[in-house]
Amino acid sequence: MRTMTPKCKRHSSMILKSCKLHKFVLAYTRGANNSGAGGLGCEILKNLALSGFKDIHVIDMDTIDVSNLNRQFLFRASDVGKPKATVAASFVMSRVKDVTITPYYGAIQDKDQEYYMQFKLVICGLDSVEARRWINATLVDMVDIDNPESLKPLIDGGTEGFKGQSRVILPTLTSCYECSLDMLTPQTAVPLCTLATIPRQPAHCVEWASILEWPRVFEDKKLDNDDPEHVQWIYEQALHRAQEFNISGVTYSLTQGVIKNIIPAIASTNAIIAASCCNEALKIATGANPYLNNYMMYIGNEGVYTHTFEHEKKDDCPVCGNLATDFAVDPEWTLEEFIDRLKEQPEVQIKKPTLVTERRRLYYQGPPQLNEQTRPNLEKKMRDLVDNREEIAITDPGLPFSLRLNVIFS
Amino acid sequence: MLKIWSMKQQQQAASAAEGGQKKKKVTAAQLRAQKDLSELSLPPTIRMHMPDPEDILNFTLTIEPDEGMYKCGSFNFTFAINSNFPHEPPKVKCTQKIYHPNIDLDGNVCLNILREDWKPVLNLNAVIVGLQFLFLEPNPSDPLNKEAAEDLRLTRENFKRNVKNSMNGGYVKNVQFERVLK
Repeated sequence: MRTMTPKCKRHSSMILKSCKLHKFVLAYTRGANNSGAGGLGCEILKNLALSGFKDIHVIDMDTIDVSNLNRQFLFRASDVGKPKATVAASFVMSRVKDVTITPYYGAIQDKDQEYYMQFKLVICGLDSVEARRWINATLVDMVDIDNPESLKPLIDGGTEGFKGQSRVILPTLTSCYECSLDMLTPQTAVPLCTLATIPRQPAHCVEWASILEWPRVFEDKKLDNDDPEHVQWIYEQALHRAQEFNISGVTYSLTQGVIKNIIPAIASTNAIIAASCCNEALKIATGANPYLNNYMMYIGNEGVYTHTFEHEKKDDCPVCGNLATDFAVDPEWTLEEFIDRLKEQPEVQIKKPTLVTERRRLYYQGPPQLNEQTRPNLEKKMRDLVDNREEIAITDPGLPFSLRLNVIFS
Repeated sequence: MLKIWSMKQQQQAASAAEGGQKKKKVTAAQLRAQKDLSELSLPPTIRMHMPDPEDILNFTLTIEPDEGMYKCGSFNFTFAINSNFPHEPPKVKCTQKIYHPNIDLDGNVCLNILREDWKPVLNLNAVIVGLQFLFLEPNPSDPLNKEAAEDLRLTRENFKRNVKNSMNGGYVKNVQFERVLK
């Protein structure tokens, strides 16, 4: 399904100029510091600017580290310590004419739906599952059936060593990030007891120092992976432990790598994935060619292998699978009456539902403490518990996941 | 008349804005925690408590084994579920200083499904059953408290005595433990 009508198809760089693309893209670059996603961000920003996108916003919560300089080519040694977003934006603007790049130094989660609503599409080069889930859920949530502009295509790129992937997500229309969460390889974790008793590798010593020793010594202080003093402390403890167990190989940079979960980033993998992401952005923006449907994986370990396939939407996806449906509610009903009506609905097989809204718990079947606390709500009128158009989320042993209803007062 | 009309317009604009604005949604992590919690089937030996009932992502659990070496004890754990649940396991800690091969003196718990074997299909019930199992069958081959594990491996009788002592607030090898008898 095409979301934008093609305006002219002959020469993309020409169209872009003549169409004067406004507010077209938001590129994130978060996290080069710890996974090479900032590497993606630099590439994406450069590609977008050179492809003719005119108004780009960039969000990144990290500052520049010396170790970034080998592949994050928008940064110089004198930039170390400065916010990535700001430096990248001004560098690209100084080199490419007629492009406006607005940096934001902070987390993507700082911005609300109104902010994301101003863009045509969103490109992500994030480094964490958590951030990806957040932006994905936000964009799915923004889709409003009465407003076609509320559907923002999401292009997600990711790299890990010689491997990478890019995908196009049309929120609520095609498979979303949450739909494919079970494809992620679980993080390999070493049993706690191995760390505590028989470390075998240098990484075990670092993990021991950060997971067990730090909380023991500094009970209430949280370990800050970006604080050199904290990292130094972990390094020293790990080194000491490694010597105790005759393990060699604990270094400061290994310590940093382990606690920040750094996966080696390879400049050319970033370049390949960023190129794919920007191609898709260009195709979606101009309609010059069909865009990726919807998942491309790239494996560069031995030669070059890519595979493109359509990842299917999951019916019971907690984010895009069961979108809220409208449900007519008489404001004078009690909650109990409302639940009874729900049970009568043949299409929802509900027996013992637990109901909540974003701001309050309506009724919990268990555990006993929550059941006792929410039981008085059963007598209350719906108008005193929920607002018109508020969403009620329902879980039930009979439902594989959850059901969402929009309350429409009649 | 004109004034009434403009007031009406204002009111309509206000209600449109209110109705048009979408309310916030419950997050996937919260929903999953809600489902797990409301479908828990706790045996009489386990109680759960929410210090802040508005926050279902943080709660405590009390286990009072009715058999085994830890019978008559009352053990408290904190559960902290983050926004990446169930992709990430809940963080579980014992709040008391106890003598147990799989729980260290700082309350860290070595239970495979809390770390290396966690899968999103597992639920809070599985974690709670796992915790209870640790008190019925302490496991000396995956020790977090090495001394306790060693004691258990060498002589079960001696270990049993140590457990009794420690639960009473006594010393085991110069370490004093918290009194946890109910």
